[in-house]
Amino acid sequence: MVMIGVAIVIIGFIVRLNPLLVVTVAGLVTGLVAKQSLYDIIEQFGKAFTTNRYMAIFIATLPVIGLLERFGLREQAESVVAKVKAATTGRIINVYLFIRELGAVFGLTSIGGHAQMVRPLVAPMAEGAAEAKYGKDIPDNIRQEIRAHSAAADNIGLFFGEDVFIAIGAILLMKGFFDQNNIPADPLQMAMWAIPTAIAAFVVHSIRLQMLDRSLDRRLGKAKNKSAEKGE
Amino acid sequence: MFISIEAVYVFLGLITLFGSLYTFRDQKNPRRVTSGLFYFLYGVTLLLGSVIPPFVMGLLVIVMVIIVGAGGLKTGSYGEASSEERHESRNRLGNRLFLPALLIPLITILGTTGLKEVKIGELFILDQKNITLVSLAIATLISLIVGIAMTRSRPMTPIKESRRLLEAIGWAAVLPQMLATLGTIFTSAGVGTVVSEWVSAIIPTHSLFWVVFAYCVGMAMFTMIMGNAFAAFPVMTAGIAVPLLIGQFGVDANHLAAIGMFAGYCGTLMTPMAANFNIVPAALLDLKDKNHVIRVQVPTALILLCFNIALLYFISL
Repeated sequence: MVMIGVAIVIIGFIVRLNPLLVVTVAGLVTGLVAKQSLYDIIEQFGKAFTTNRYMAIFIATLPVIGLLERFGLREQAESVVAKVKAATTGRIINVYLFIRELGAVFGLTSIGGHAQMVRPLVAPMAEGAAEAKYGKDIPDNIRQEIRAHSAAADNIGLFFGEDVFIAIGAILLMKGFFDQNNIPADPLQMAMWAIPTAIAAFVVHSIRLQMLDRSLDRRLGKAKNKSAEKGE
Repeated sequence: MFISIEAVYVFLGLITLFGSLYTFRDQKNPRRVTSGLFYFLYGVTLLLGSVIPPFVMGLLVIVMVIIVGAGGLKTGSYGEASSEERHESRNRLGNRLFLPALLIPLITILGTTGLKEVKIGELFILDQKNITLVSLAIATLISLIVGIAMTRSRPMTPIKESRRLLEAIGWAAVLPQMLATLGTIFTSAGVGTVVSEWVSAIIPTHSLFWVVFAYCVGMAMFTMIMGNAFAAFPVMTAGIAVPLLIGQFGVDANHLAAIGMFAGYCGTLMTPMAANFNIVPAALLDLKDKNHVIRVQVPTALILLCFNIALLYFISL
């Protein structure tokens, strides 16, 4: 019966109701099915919402990023990249993936982030590289794809890099779990065995980014000629 | 300590609260009162989270959800700089525009590594438990000051600009916190135990390969439901890995922990429940399809999930 909440979430996401509403209803229903009182459920909402305020940390970056955008940060990022001949969309994102993952390997998880790096810098640079190569009139759906790829690289680099660092939350959580269950475990060994997947993640995603470049070539090859005619 | 995580929440709360005052007066917003109320309440929850009793907090959250559900959250006008204005200021400032943006990661790293365990007298300078968050908040504040000085803006300009960005994100900004809440309720209602019972009921327990398969796929799927691999790890590991992989096949705990957690991360890449990684960025980047980031991530996630299963299987043989 408690699985009814999971069902509500899955159905809600599939029929594309507002996720915030779906999640709240799922929480209420799950609590009620598990015979918790309404007061308890609402209290749990309040308590969990408060303890998870750290997830709102991106708000701290918005004033300065918004300010810099007003003065042309994104356009500047695009134009800097446009001057680099070797820069392609896939390569820009790949370089960022490398920096992000390597940073996370050394525990520097704060080196990237969607609000402070991807939106103001990485995505405009990736789009700028495409504009320099194929001309300014890139269709909107392709721009969207480039931006989605920029965001994905941030996640993939972070996730598969950070567990190689010994003092990261995930390693400490696993160590704590095994300690509780009286199973010998060693953080250094865990971090070591994260390395193969960390390398695989970089290789796999780099190949996909090369494929992105090729697919852009295929789909935007014509735009290049058009912009050449315009003499851009 | 001198700077605690609560101070950071006050900072976040004030940004949101001041922004909401502009929303209340935004004539271009067809629902300016309810929209303003949404951001005002959000600001209050951030600012006063440690003071407001949990039940009242829960009610505030539900009011916010009702506003969203009833279509009361709309966007307005933000007096953006025209592209000519941006071009002109860009010519003036050039690459100096990058300086404040790059100061954010730089100062954050300095804070997390340089000011760790640094004390003045008996007190730590930074909140040791939340050193990254506190360092990040300080970094954004310093780079904001540099940015204001460099662009010679008025102090309210960044507040208005952050309102533009926050309202572009809209309800998605609150979603990560609500999902974490749902995770807590799922846990207290016993969803985890049911899932691990189901998984262990279907798998043939005599085969190492199928147990490894069930553990990794189970980690990914349970993470997709909960939106968080950290929630999945104790449940799946206690349900499948400890009795079967360790108990029956003698698999090294270090191997299965490292690889199992990554299998969970593959799930994180594929679920809208991990809203802070997948949905908020989509909103930040103005993507029409809020699942676009997930769609891009799915192939990599599936390939890596297979890789993790194969890796754990072969090193356990």
